[in-house]
Amino acid sequence: MTKAMERAVSGKLLGRSQLEDLVVVPVFAFVAALVLGALVMAATGVDLATIGTSYVALVRGSVGSINAVSETLTAAAPLVLAGLGLALGFRAGLFNIGAEGQVIMGGLAAVVAGVALGDMPAIIALPGAVLAGALAGAFYASIAGWLRAVTGAHEVISTIMLNLISYRLLDYLLRTPLIQKEGRADPISKAVPDSAELPQLLAFLDPNLRVHAGIFLTLAMVALAYWLLFRSKLGFEFRASGENAVAARFAGMNASLTIILAMAIAGAMAGLAGANQVLGVLDRATPGFSAGIGFNAIAVALMGRSHPVGVLFAGVLFGALEAGGRQMQVDAGVSIDLIAIIQSLIIVFIAAPLLVRAIFPWGFRRERTGEGGS
Amino acid sequence: MSALLDKARLRQTRITGGILIALGVMMAVFLAPNAPGVATFRLSRPTDVWPVPNLLVPGGPFIYVVSALLVFLGVRQFLRGAAKWSALTLGIGLAIAVAAFLVWATAGKSFSLTGMLQASLVRAVPIALGGLAGVLSERVAVVNIGIEGMLLAGAFTGALVGSLAGGVAGLVAAVAVGGLFGFVLAALVVTYRMDQIIAGVFINLFVLGLTSYISSQVFQEYRALNNAPVFRAISVPYLSDLPVIGPVFFNQNIFVYGAFILAGLATYYLFHTRLGLRARAVGEHPRAADTLGINVYRTRYINVTVAGMVAGFGGAWFTLGSVGRFDEGMTGGRGFIGLAAMIFGRWHPIGALLAALVFGFADSLQQKLALLGTPIPSEFLAMAPYVATIVVVAGVVGRARAPAADGKPYVKE
Repeated sequence: MTKAMERAVSGKLLGRSQLEDLVVVPVFAFVAALVLGALVMAATGVDLATIGTSYVALVRGSVGSINAVSETLTAAAPLVLAGLGLALGFRAGLFNIGAEGQVIMGGLAAVVAGVALGDMPAIIALPGAVLAGALAGAFYASIAGWLRAVTGAHEVISTIMLNLISYRLLDYLLRTPLIQKEGRADPISKAVPDSAELPQLLAFLDPNLRVHAGIFLTLAMVALAYWLLFRSKLGFEFRASGENAVAARFAGMNASLTIILAMAIAGAMAGLAGANQVLGVLDRATPGFSAGIGFNAIAVALMGRSHPVGVLFAGVLFGALEAGGRQMQVDAGVSIDLIAIIQSLIIVFIAAPLLVRAIFPWGFRRERTGEGGS
Repeated sequence: MSALLDKARLRQTRITGGILIALGVMMAVFLAPNAPGVATFRLSRPTDVWPVPNLLVPGGPFIYVVSALLVFLGVRQFLRGAAKWSALTLGIGLAIAVAAFLVWATAGKSFSLTGMLQASLVRAVPIALGGLAGVLSERVAVVNIGIEGMLLAGAFTGALVGSLAGGVAGLVAAVAVGGLFGFVLAALVVTYRMDQIIAGVFINLFVLGLTSYISSQVFQEYRALNNAPVFRAISVPYLSDLPVIGPVFFNQNIFVYGAFILAGLATYYLFHTRLGLRARAVGEHPRAADTLGINVYRTRYINVTVAGMVAGFGGAWFTLGSVGRFDEGMTGGRGFIGLAAMIFGRWHPIGALLAALVFGFADSLQQKLALLGTPIPSEFLAMAPYVATIVVVAGVVGRARAPAADGKPYVKE
């Protein structure tokens, strides 16, 4: 494998350090996380054959069939959307942990708007519901942005609190007559009408293939995030404030406005992720419908190095892990929580290249390992 | 820069004032007319050695007085020189607002105040210990977002080892595992120079994943592994007979006593010992500390590991100190509230403890209010501690100064 890389490098396809950052570190991170995951399984009394079965199931459930690929893409779309938002925030120097709450608010607003616009034709109802999701996410995130800009409250703490508040708010709102399904006492929303649903793409092959038009929305957002970040003035201001807030301020940028806008756009993306879930997959909002998307998206954004294209690839990988994890639970009886362990280990290896270099010194050029010493 | 800072501080002072005035007006308009009758607060049980009569508060008049006070405090914020006392004013304002709220909820009913205060102290424990862990690591300039995960690790280990080998062994193991994660955090941020917030997020996600995995993979099948003994309350002789103070402070379990003792020890360590002075120097100006021969890396390793041990002890409260069994994600954000307590307490152990008591009070208040049957939906009451955290962090940050090098990695030359 190293030989192949040597050749790729000598062919000047990529600079050596670029190759190390973009390929070697993520690949090692992924492999190391899988190995450690196997060790965790072994430590909890899972025998070797079952460990083998589970990793085979992981592959089979993620890319083994059309249905598996459909599941992978379905799981990847919201992760990419929320991950794009977090990546924009990271670029602007904001560590937004609140994607989960923004996903909830976005999803809930999309349900409400979808139900309200249900009688309209799909050309109005669907965009209306999607937009409502984006706006709700943007509003919810900009609370934390506003607090940071005006009072200096650190966004890590305020977004975590907003997450916790959003769970309670969801429970409460799902019981209000406007949202709750008729004749139900438990917190569950009305179903999204067909006109506001994101259509399934492969239903003509098999109605169980869940992949839906949300993947086009996702791809469009990847392009938009790329344009915003690297081609627009606003994106330049985000990146400038993220790299050096003081210099950005002396260059005449409005730091407060940048923070609020960055949070709002991040929230809009997370809100879209929520809308994508309720309009494309779940059909309604229930307690816990966000299913940790906002937290997994942190890992996706980190693994994608806060670059929209990187986020896309990382999101697909994490979607595959999730789809495969479900298969693993069925085939081998290994709890899907194992996937959370693997994901967190991927984060640590990605975010600490020095650690990867220390564990796998042969993957890197000698001089660069010198940094880790002393 | 300093003009900018003054401007921000002025703006913050005015926001505080605005909040207080709005609160005062809202109380006068919405709460006071709806508080008929007298609120009865029971202070002692019939079996107490020295019974105290009940505290009777007339609903309406009390709330009007509180609203007037709130408006007065709010207006004061807009006068010159208010910035100096702004945090204190906000604290006092919120405290009396909560008192008025409690009177409103209790008007025409009766309710055990002592019982609620006792519960406040109990609920403050994980927040106080989380906050203390935050103080210990941020004083050496390591931002510790991973406290939530360390608490969860402590809770899990306490339940597992406690079930196998008894409560004391469980407690020791919880402290050890907390310390292990503290050490991991130190290794990641000091040796591998990982971003401190990402490292903390990693610890949270990893511990949540690992404990949930073992919980569903192993505990489901072997329930005996998740059935730990609980530490009972120990009453201090004589002192526990005192009215109100006795049951609140002197009839609690070792976690409550431990939180108070550790806060005292940490204060002594940080501000009255040579090692503590060195630790603070590392947090304020690592290069200067290094020049004077202090080993910056080792100081950070030791303090963050100790912080992890404190958080592990706090985590054991969830299982060994209350219910005896572990549930997935049972810490419910207490570690983050602990960080808010640390900020509210201005990076001082005693301050963090006092702030945690405020949060513990908010937590037990929402439980009691749910029992009193107020018209406020229980979901909104459950939000109270989180909203309080946001208000506190927004109102106090910027006034309270973090250690100068907080969050910055140090690379030895």
